[in-house]
Amino acid sequence: MPYGLLKLYGSNGSSMAIIKRKFDVVIVGAGGAGMRAALQLSEAGFKVAVLSKVFPTRSHTVAAQGGIAASLGNVTEDSWHWHMYDTVKGSDYLGDQDAIEFMCRQASEVVYELEHFGMPFDRLENGKIYQRPFGGQSQNFGGAQATRSCAAADRTGHALLHTLYQRNVRANTQFFVEWMGLDLIRDEQGDVLGVTALEMETGEVMALQARAVLLATGGGGRIFQASTNAFINTGDGLGMAARSGIPLEDMEFWQFHPTGVYGAGVLISEAVRGEGGYLLNKDGERFMERYAPNAKDLASRDVVSRALTMEIKEGRGCGKNADHLLLKLNHLDADVIKMRLPGIREIAIKFAQVDPINEPIPVVPTAHYMMGGIPTNFYGQVVAPYKTGPEEVVQGLYAVGECACISVHGANRLGTNSLLDILVFGRAAGRQIIEDLKKNSHHKKLHTDSMDMSLARLVRLDSQKDGESVAQVGEALRKTMQEHCGVFRFADMLKEGVTKISEIAEQTNHTEIRDKSKVFNTARVEALELTNLAEVALATIVSAEARNESRGAHARDDFSIRDDNKWLKHTLYFREGRRLDYKPVRLKPLTVESFPPKARTY
Amino acid sequence: MKELDRVRWRCRRGMLELDIVLQEFVDKHYMRLSETELQQFDTLLNFPDNDLWDMITAKKEIEDIKLRSVLQLLRAD
Repeated sequence: MPYGLLKLYGSNGSSMAIIKRKFDVVIVGAGGAGMRAALQLSEAGFKVAVLSKVFPTRSHTVAAQGGIAASLGNVTEDSWHWHMYDTVKGSDYLGDQDAIEFMCRQASEVVYELEHFGMPFDRLENGKIYQRPFGGQSQNFGGAQATRSCAAADRTGHALLHTLYQRNVRANTQFFVEWMGLDLIRDEQGDVLGVTALEMETGEVMALQARAVLLATGGGGRIFQASTNAFINTGDGLGMAARSGIPLEDMEFWQFHPTGVYGAGVLISEAVRGEGGYLLNKDGERFMERYAPNAKDLASRDVVSRALTMEIKEGRGCGKNADHLLLKLNHLDADVIKMRLPGIREIAIKFAQVDPINEPIPVVPTAHYMMGGIPTNFYGQVVAPYKTGPEEVVQGLYAVGECACISVHGANRLGTNSLLDILVFGRAAGRQIIEDLKKNSHHKKLHTDSMDMSLARLVRLDSQKDGESVAQVGEALRKTMQEHCGVFRFADMLKEGVTKISEIAEQTNHTEIRDKSKVFNTARVEALELTNLAEVALATIVSAEARNESRGAHARDDFSIRDDNKWLKHTLYFREGRRLDYKPVRLKPLTVESFPPKARTY
Repeated sequence: MKELDRVRWRCRRGMLELDIVLQEFVDKHYMRLSETELQQFDTLLNFPDNDLWDMITAKKEIEDIKLRSVLQLLRAD
């Protein structure tokens, strides 16, 4: 029966029908990763459902401006092997070298494929795809600057989403817009049989049965008070995975961008410092000269972010709370600012209420990208330690994009590698699902209790009395993560932070919403999002407290150097008992020699 | 009431810039908008993120005169 009334739930006499629908594949999330995989599957003739909280082309992929890394060599000589070296080094040697080789080798192919799909790349005069240089890209294994980024003006993400969306519509992918994934449905063997989801318009909860479920829900950057992430980035897929017993990998690694607008989080691009802008503390000192005498304000993101944090920590921050620094441009010619940085000027005026022609912009290091996520292999299959081995494939479950940890970014992601990641592994996951479905030709039977976890969560929310405010608990969570688990991490702050976040996570199970109506109840959605944020925050701070070293984006005050003897390994966080386990980094590439860890200097 | 919820949700975007500006706009102005302005706002929300942002930051000329009054409010905030 395609539709069935499986269960009723409710309080105060209200009841809600649970409806079941069947698909070959259900994809949660319609950003670049989810839509790339969906395209592969729909074109192969599968019945594919893609769920998205917002209209697909409004996914956070739209915010990616930098471009897509691929060693096309259209401007200067390049090779996938050099790209691989840069990525391994950038990851501070925590990236899995087989997955990195896989990604870099396929980069040119996925870019050309996108070109054939109609992606409007910028062009060279000879008609080839234009490429521009970007930080962290080198020729000859750490030599001269490489020119590797393929872009469509400053709206590469936008062009990518529109291209993929149109192709998907043509391929008959079924989009479920304004739907939120709630929980995974797993049977007693641990196989994934589908997801439960909430249709916002009607308030109905549905079981979407599938032979394969792909999580592509993006990052969870809203766990931090200062975040460049859009409001939708609440780590829903990570919450779904964690609640169903799947571990989360390397969650302590978050990339902080050094210059987010103080208070708003909106990104001020590196271009400002490239044009000659520089940072000042409250004494008017150009402090980056002390931290990076050569590169100064143009040092890499993690170095600059740490310097800002140290200045604030040592009392040289600006403003009445001494909690931010200033990015000065007003020594530049007004015409230079108007001509070359018009977007930045608009952002400063709108979000910091300062015109950078006259005044410096208040900035603070701001959470930008989550390197960790749901553990997968480079076919997009979710791998978890159960039954016989440490990395067993979980039948029926796949993950790609920022919510996944493959791990190609390791402890630190390079710019332009995230769009590459979603294209290569979106396609790889699509291909792997096609293979796996040849073996799994039938849907397994759903048990009547399949939806119990989601129903219990909804019933609890609707019947909560004297509960916590979603807005207040969310605020406390973001503030605590920012203070206790930000750019620079201190043993005592982490320890205290784990206790605080544990208490806050508990509060998310006691939130109360006033509006109990079914139709388009955004209060309910936000309460559910908060439970996902709590899972992401807990995984992050518990993993960070345990990692007694500094590597990539994880910087410990008490363990200031990288410790390969003890810590060249991936963290696995299990929700149950908040237990940690570790697994080795895959240092052996597919065909080439391994890049052994060495000091990471630029 | 539910219309406000729907609009609020459709102000959730891919770009944080828009999340912030649109949410503030709804908090401040939405309840006072005329029927025509409500329709204008609805039309604006259907634009792609980048185009909408360009309109708000005045990088793009407002081609459609009918959208002017709401856009001017969005720009002023």
